[in-house]
Amino acid sequence: MIKTIYALLKKDLLLELRQQHSFHGILLYVASTIFVLKLAINQPGAEVWNGLFWVIQLFVCVNAVAKSFLQEGRGRMLYFYTISGAREFIIAKLVYNIILMLLMSLLSLALFLVLLRNPLGNTVQFIGIVCLGGVSLSLVFTLLAAIAAKAQQNAALMAILGFPLIVPQLLLLIKLSKSAFGEVFREGAVLQLTLLITGLDIMVIALAIILFPFLWKD
Amino acid sequence: MRKSWWKILAAVLLVYTFTAGFLIKVPELGILKETSRNLFFHVPMWFGQIILLTISMIYSILYLRKPDLRYDIYAVALAKTGILMGVLGLLTGAIWATYVWGAPWSNDPKQIGVAIALLIYFAYLVLRNAIPDIDKSARISAVYNIFAYFIYIPLIMILPRMVESLHPGGKGVEGNPGLNGADLDATMRLVFWPAVIGWTLLGVWISTLNIRLYLIRDKNIINVK
Repeated sequence: MIKTIYALLKKDLLLELRQQHSFHGILLYVASTIFVLKLAINQPGAEVWNGLFWVIQLFVCVNAVAKSFLQEGRGRMLYFYTISGAREFIIAKLVYNIILMLLMSLLSLALFLVLLRNPLGNTVQFIGIVCLGGVSLSLVFTLLAAIAAKAQQNAALMAILGFPLIVPQLLLLIKLSKSAFGEVFREGAVLQLTLLITGLDIMVIALAIILFPFLWKD
Repeated sequence: MRKSWWKILAAVLLVYTFTAGFLIKVPELGILKETSRNLFFHVPMWFGQIILLTISMIYSILYLRKPDLRYDIYAVALAKTGILMGVLGLLTGAIWATYVWGAPWSNDPKQIGVAIALLIYFAYLVLRNAIPDIDKSARISAVYNIFAYFIYIPLIMILPRMVESLHPGGKGVEGNPGLNGADLDATMRLVFWPAVIGWTLLGVWISTLNIRLYLIRDKNIINVK
């Protein structure tokens, strides 16, 4: 089973490395959005910076993950159906999207820090939170992309389904990231928030692995 | 009326709630005064919603195990009534908030949480309509229903308690006396729990009417096995 997952993952990564189609597309999206932000709000205050950052992350995630499911044609999906099990397929997709999203998150963080000034108190902690956020967002949207892919791959549908569902994690992430801005939290709150976000992530992974086989058969 | 005993019970309990709810003596609790009577209308809506959406999720699981369209009909009817109770809960809450908190909407975490929960379940209905094929629609919306439920429960129960909130149970509740189950006044308890049962039974009654309607409407496609 690990070999199947690894093979599927390698296929996705190799496709990405060779064509670099999604990577460049999303990089362009991130760069242009942040540049427009810079033109609109030159030096945002800390709260605005935080809010804008997470909203950009949300849109980047929707685009990045949607592409990863949309690019498989019907014929190829049938081929995958014959050669691998549903569980291996979804695990490979989850891991691939996590890697992609981590890369995109760190890139957009770098662009934010460079173009819109750095208001962070504790940059290293924020990088950790961004990684956690990237993972959480990509997990939820991978499962949603799988659902939307079966419903005629309507991009608007994924947004309608996705935004309400991501709100709990997004609220927790925004609250957690305030700790990196130097806001004082009570004892153990940071750990509690991190554990809660991680708990939600594990729940989403479990749900994706259990529910995907039902989406798979067509 | 089919199987009328529990429906009559629901009606009796609700009439009791309406009359006793306005006649009993409520404890004087700070800023709440007489508005604590809303407890018999607002809180049971949420109990009802959680119960109905839980049963809807269970029917979705049943559908995934055995693709019988009847389970799908049960799931969607219960979800719709759950949404209705959510809307009523928001409205009763807004009415209460106008008198106690000053404004119908105060961006309170619990208010935001339940509004998002309504959006989640509206998206469920949109998803069902977006897929023309009936079996596929039932299967995919069953998957979404289960996923949505496990996001819904943390959203309305865990998150509002973790942050500062105007609702009882949140942090920093200076102005709001605890109205949780433990310190509920004995007289209010006499009306509260029957109210919960009455409103939930009413929700189930509305769902069963919907279910019977859909079963008749779709009877040609259900029994094809």
